[in-house]
Amino acid sequence: MALLEIANLTVEFATATGSLRAVDGINLSVDEGEILAIVGESGSGKSVAMLALMGLLPWTAKVSADSMLFDGQDLLSMDDRQRRKIIGKDISMIFQEPMTSLNPCFTVGYQITEVLCQHFGGSRRSYNNRAIELLHQVGIPAAETRLNAYPHQLSGGMCQRVMIAMMIACQPKLLIADEPTTALDVTIQAQILELLIELQQSHGMALILITHDMAVVAETAEHVVVLYAGQQVEQRSVKELFKSPQHPYSEALLNALPERAQEKLLNAIPGVVPGQMDRPKGCLFNPRCSYAQEMCRQQPPELRDGILCHYPLAMPNPSMRKDPDLDVRTQ
Amino acid sequence: MNHSAVSSKSTLGQQWQEFWFYFSVSKTAVAGLVFLVLVVFVALFADVISPHEPAEQYRQFAKLPPAWKEGGQMQFFLGTDYAGRDMLSRIIHGSRLSLLAGSIVVILSLSIGVLLGLIAGYRGGWLEILIMRVMDTIMAVPGLLLALVLVAILGPGLLNAMVAIAITYTPYFVRLTRASTLSELNRDYVTASKMTGASSTRLMFVSILPNCMAPVIVQGTLSFSTAILDTAALGFLGMGAQAPTPEWGTLIAENRDLILNAPWTVTFPGIAILLAVLAINLVGDGLRDALDPKLKRS
Amino acid sequence: MLRFLINRLMLLVPVFIGVTVVAFGFIRVLPGDPVEVLAGERGVSAEKRVEILANLGLDKPVWQQYLTYLNDVLHGNLGVSVKTNRPVVEEFFELFPATAELAICAIIFAVIIGVPAGIIAALKRGSKIDQGIMGISLIGYSMPIFWWGLLLIILFSNTLNLTPVSGRLSFLFDVDPVTGFMLIDTLLSDEKGSFLNALHHLILPTVVLGTIPLAVIARQTRSAMLEVLSEDYVRTARAKGLSTFRVVTIHALRNAMITVVTVIGLMVAILLAGAILTETIFGWPGIGKWIIFSIFARDYYAVQGGLLLIAITIMTVNLIVDLLYGFINPRILHQKNKS
Repeated sequence: MALLEIANLTVEFATATGSLRAVDGINLSVDEGEILAIVGESGSGKSVAMLALMGLLPWTAKVSADSMLFDGQDLLSMDDRQRRKIIGKDISMIFQEPMTSLNPCFTVGYQITEVLCQHFGGSRRSYNNRAIELLHQVGIPAAETRLNAYPHQLSGGMCQRVMIAMMIACQPKLLIADEPTTALDVTIQAQILELLIELQQSHGMALILITHDMAVVAETAEHVVVLYAGQQVEQRSVKELFKSPQHPYSEALLNALPERAQEKLLNAIPGVVPGQMDRPKGCLFNPRCSYAQEMCRQQPPELRDGILCHYPLAMPNPSMRKDPDLDVRTQ
Repeated sequence: MNHSAVSSKSTLGQQWQEFWFYFSVSKTAVAGLVFLVLVVFVALFADVISPHEPAEQYRQFAKLPPAWKEGGQMQFFLGTDYAGRDMLSRIIHGSRLSLLAGSIVVILSLSIGVLLGLIAGYRGGWLEILIMRVMDTIMAVPGLLLALVLVAILGPGLLNAMVAIAITYTPYFVRLTRASTLSELNRDYVTASKMTGASSTRLMFVSILPNCMAPVIVQGTLSFSTAILDTAALGFLGMGAQAPTPEWGTLIAENRDLILNAPWTVTFPGIAILLAVLAINLVGDGLRDALDPKLKRS
Repeated sequence: MLRFLINRLMLLVPVFIGVTVVAFGFIRVLPGDPVEVLAGERGVSAEKRVEILANLGLDKPVWQQYLTYLNDVLHGNLGVSVKTNRPVVEEFFELFPATAELAICAIIFAVIIGVPAGIIAALKRGSKIDQGIMGISLIGYSMPIFWWGLLLIILFSNTLNLTPVSGRLSFLFDVDPVTGFMLIDTLLSDEKGSFLNALHHLILPTVVLGTIPLAVIARQTRSAMLEVLSEDYVRTARAKGLSTFRVVTIHALRNAMITVVTVIGLMVAILLAGAILTETIFGWPGIGKWIIFSIFARDYYAVQGGLLLIAITIMTVNLIVDLLYGFINPRILHQKNKS
């Protein structure tokens, strides 16, 4: 049985101008020790879905799902008190902005030992050695002295390492990393990513990596879920996806990778993710899809074999990709 | 936020519409505004509205309770004071003085404060240091105490009280305007008008000033309400308006000894102050929410 | 830390000089002849006049007079009260504990009620409870406190007969002034029931003086909490599985208090201004009542000295608040050390 099973997860926000559907029917399944990547542009609902899983959304959010099972426990029917026993211990999450995600008023040591006290009891002092060990694990030099440092005395990369130390402190079975490297310098990004993979392997934990970077997906994950405007458009193994993407959006994301650019210009995807006000009729991707047909503009597609498209790209034809304006299927 | 992008190009009328849209979101702010308009109306037409002359003494009706109490009379709806003067009429006429005091204090402190703030922010140098240190000094002494001391120098009276209070409020406007001026000075539009050869005065008053008005207007509303409170406090202490002027604070002071015999003579002027100040504060809160773009959507 | 302290002290120097100029100028610009003002209604002869002028140093140029005054001030000499013939400094410090006691009680009252009220309003944002708390605090903020005091006297002292009308302690008790703080002095003395009596006297003045600070603190706590609750680190704290209570009281409140402490610091000036009114209404023998009395009695050296000492009190308290601020907000201290 999978460690995490989510079926038809939907999140709606009540706003002044009506309800906004940020996540629309996502299905996920993560096995123990597996790395799953969730990809999509900004605003595609990646973070919201994971925050919903953690129960961290504000009260304006309405979360519904057919099932949400973690380690055999039903997260949906659980009350807050029960959920808090799992959150931070068995499932934990690190965030995009390490500098603002640590409390500026407390020392690093305090914030790490706090989570241990919360889930295992005992005094904070008794966990000092454990905290030092954790800081070592995440590659922070002179860990003993860092315990008394405040977040503002550390660099962004250091803060993210502290964040990771804090979140793996209780040996979680599942770690969710929400764009853990986006806010960091390019040179640090690779280090943090490497660290995450290393920890994932040594601890045998499952890792959900939220990212918008296809290159990161290729290097790390086994399975990938592609989200677009809150909908899950494709879910497959990474290898297959990279070999032959079936959804035009996945293909477009891959084409946007610098190493796939065949000319001097990068293949950017025209337009932006639709918001609450400008949802198109039919398939949500149709205004930006170079393959869109009349059908795509009229009817929303249904999920078939993990792909949300009227006309999945059956056989990739590399020669056709040179000109994205050409419609493959009309040839 | 394409809303604001549109509004920056729009006409004054549309800006006003947008402002009103945000302001009217708050029901309490609108309620405050309605009450305030009512008070202004009452103050303007006090002579017509008030049932009696405020100073007229009906000796035979001294210390009459309000109309709904036993022994009260309809013609003296809120009762009478020790000299048989009609409380309602005195309160109605008092609204004139309070609104006048509030307006004059705000106009004085706002215009002087904004001018000094603009100069300090725009000119900089020793002039800025001098202005800001003087303002620091004024702020180092509690406002009411400084006002009392100033009145002691100028001599008691409503006008002097207003001037004294205005002086104590000036630093807040100076600080606000200087801060906004400094941040506006670095904006591109100021550089642009400098390049077109606009004079300093033009730059200060035409380019920069309108763009720092929002916080100043909010501070102005807040000062308006505290000015009414402080004027009343000075009147109560005997250093503001002098009896028998029907200023609200003075009314409370002159009837203070009757607090046991005729509590209504103290209660109603106080309620008048409270309601007027409350209404202005409600409007002030509404203004702040409508003018502060940071809070607009929350 | 030391550098931080010195920095702050340096900032206070120009303000201190400014206040001395105001206090010095106060007596200079009073209408009428200074000698006659000081002599009061008795009047003086021509020879006496010259003598007084020379005594007061008024025959010298203004800037010399100011320097003399500044020198006096720095040596703790603020002149002698015309009415009581006692040094102003002595009078001030004799009455100061009464005002300090009242102000401290008022601020404790305001914090104990205002901070939780603000937190609850922020947590229940938009609810009826929030609207209720914010409505009441706006009324408190709009309150003419001199009237509010009279109203409470009518209700609690006269109608319900629950609290005394004025003073700090009933005449039935004889308590030695040790600290000047009546609550402490009555505890130290062996007079039975005197502590409760002092407490009784304190209740209404505390409520009246604390009303506006209470309203301001509740409003500021609410907005600070709202801001802090949407911060990333609060989400992190919740992601750790901490209880809502712990998230709010440890992680959010600690940060929100940074704003609230600043606000409390700004309260000092409001409290001392309010003390003038409160002490007048409740016959409280403190600085506020003394200043008003001195103004009416034309005891100008007392007013001048009081003005200066009150300004110094405020500056001192603000300095302490600044230091406290550095203590709660680690970012401030480290920044200052680096620069």
